[in-house]
Amino acid sequence: MAIPAYAGWGERLWYYTFRFLCGLIFLFLISPILIVLPLSFNAENYFSFTPGMLGLDPDAFSLRHYKDILTNGMANPERLTGWWSDAWNNAQWIRSMRNSFFIGFFATIIATVLGTLAAVGLSRSEMPFKKKIMALLISPMIVPLVITGAGIFRGFSDGARLINSFGAWLADFGGPLTWIGNWLNEFELVYTHLGVILSHAVLGTPFVIITVTATLVGFDQSLVRAAYGMGATPLRTFFKVQMPLILPGVISGALFAFVTSFDEVVVVIAMASVEQRTIPRQMFSGIREQISPTILAVATILVVLSIALLATLELIRRRGERLRGVTPA
Amino acid sequence: MTAIANNSSAAPLTIDGVIIDDAELKKRLDKAMFRSRFRAFLLVLPLLLFIVFSFILPIAYFLMQGIYDSSFSSKMPEVTKSLKDWDAVSEPTEEMYAALAADLRVVSANKTIGRVATRVNREFPGSRSLFTSTGRSISKLEAPFKESLVEKKKKWADIRVWQGMKTASRTWTPGYYAAAVDLKLNADGSIDQQVEKRRIHIKLFLRTLKISFLVTLFCVVLGYPIAFLLATLPVRTSNLLLILVLLPFWTSILVRTTAWIAMLQSQGVVNDLLVYFGITDDGSRYSLIYNQLGTLIAMTHILLPFMVLPLYSVMKGIPPSYMRAAKSLGATNWTAFWRVYAPQTIPGIGAGGILVFIVAIGYYITPALVGGQEGSMISNFIDSHMRQTLNWNLAAALGGVLLFVVLVFYWLYDRIVGIDNMKLG
Repeated sequence: MAIPAYAGWGERLWYYTFRFLCGLIFLFLISPILIVLPLSFNAENYFSFTPGMLGLDPDAFSLRHYKDILTNGMANPERLTGWWSDAWNNAQWIRSMRNSFFIGFFATIIATVLGTLAAVGLSRSEMPFKKKIMALLISPMIVPLVITGAGIFRGFSDGARLINSFGAWLADFGGPLTWIGNWLNEFELVYTHLGVILSHAVLGTPFVIITVTATLVGFDQSLVRAAYGMGATPLRTFFKVQMPLILPGVISGALFAFVTSFDEVVVVIAMASVEQRTIPRQMFSGIREQISPTILAVATILVVLSIALLATLELIRRRGERLRGVTPA
Repeated sequence: MTAIANNSSAAPLTIDGVIIDDAELKKRLDKAMFRSRFRAFLLVLPLLLFIVFSFILPIAYFLMQGIYDSSFSSKMPEVTKSLKDWDAVSEPTEEMYAALAADLRVVSANKTIGRVATRVNREFPGSRSLFTSTGRSISKLEAPFKESLVEKKKKWADIRVWQGMKTASRTWTPGYYAAAVDLKLNADGSIDQQVEKRRIHIKLFLRTLKISFLVTLFCVVLGYPIAFLLATLPVRTSNLLLILVLLPFWTSILVRTTAWIAMLQSQGVVNDLLVYFGITDDGSRYSLIYNQLGTLIAMTHILLPFMVLPLYSVMKGIPPSYMRAAKSLGATNWTAFWRVYAPQTIPGIGAGGILVFIVAIGYYITPALVGGQEGSMISNFIDSHMRQTLNWNLAAALGGVLLFVVLVFYWLYDRIVGIDNMKLG
């Protein structure tokens, strides 16, 4: 929308004022994220810019907070041998990072597989109660997280107790049933990785459904009929014809599910013990208890991760557009 | 149908030697339709079961606690039975005291008297110690219990303790939902308003609605211009600027909240700049955070992309020729925008606005970290009931009210936008 040559001064003034205002809004959006980066290199233990930093004094900058990420919680940070395994096993941030990736990975797999299947079913015209089921399946995105967290906590703890007593009943039968029964008797969901993974999978599925359904809108159903007509089995048709075309939607849905899990803290507060602490959980207590620039260093790493994620998404989007460009609309 | 009927009357259609008349055709068609419907449903079934068992049922179970509370009736069965026939005004009889003593003996022996005391204390504050101290010497008391209990603690003659017990003895109770909207359930089953100083929930709900509404308003005001700019710029430039919207969108909420603490605290960047430019002096820095303002700023920042993205996609679908046509027909820029362009963006404002409002109303993390006391919302209150006062029943009732409000807006979203039209990124 370039300004036309015949525009009067009023129009010109408005044009530049508008652009200036938009610039301010963009500044509002991006400045908090950019401010984190230099602050994380603060040599002092402050949360704000020191005079030395503003004067670009090299001594005012340091990597100490990044080192703190690695060493905080280690048994013996000064020891040289076995440093890596010490950091890997004991450092708080490293452990929460491992938890975040572990939980995120499995939650994403569950959410993506179940969500993609459901989206394929939901986009078929013959699907009964389509809108009602869709509304139900999207609801984890809408329900306030505090309610979700409390509900899953209560439901999972008492549900596990139900399974426990079933296991005790089963164990009385003898043979292999005893083994299964004993295992079920020990079964726990609250304060376990499995419990957090399942609850994050619940939260991730709506995103998978939405993105995959969106790609299926442009999907030509006659391709499936053509594949059937040429003798392909339903399974083969799904993997060879449908899947490659909806893949961009599946991948971006999976990314959404992963980020949802990676970013989620309310349910983790309810469901996780110290053993399952994730990065956001660690940050949450970090901000509440002792606010140190180490949090800014972690934040910087996360910003870099989200930039990488954004780039990946853009590549997927382009690929998707290219692919859909060659299929008959 | 008539065409098929004509066909079949002319030459009967057969498949595998079976004559296909109308009825047979209908039967086969129904069967095939059923099978394909069933197959589609089978694809959805795994997720449906997963969501029902690990989301819907747990939440229903949690919310049930808002109307179900057996913490008194299950532990004090005798006195619960005798309270049922009591009219809540006449003097308690010796049988009721005897039942109370029998129950107290049991709960004192199995050490659950604390929970019973807590439960009655909710109905009649100050009665907690009455239970615990009586429990310690209950085995020494002898009939007639009315005299010995009142002798031990005079408060046992107080009818309000008995009224409190009668209210607490209800297993299915509207009491918590009443409390969630600042009402009080009385012993005789009537409901009236809570005393003035304990009326806090309505105020909190109103504050939550106010904060959510303001955040939505700010998102519209800030999101509309940049969505308009993005939609009218050439694709190459707008894609570049879109990154400035998408990067915050994909950045962790915790990171953004942390960043706002660094920006807004009294030694933070904004205050430093204000001092530098002489707008305020070093001694009187503004308190921009740990209050309602902090919640508003941080939440607007976090939810702004949810507004910009749907608006942008709606605005991109509006042909620029409409505005040109309006102008060539003599409209001023303002008229063309206001009468032609703006009405077409209303679906985008609706979609983004309701989404922002729904997410904002249940927000927990940001108010908890930057909201302080006056910037906290209903979610924070629900959480503190579960974690600090351990009143899960009231938390469930408050959650039920919150969920109801959210579901109303979800329904509205479905009516206006349609759930299947929801788009991300």
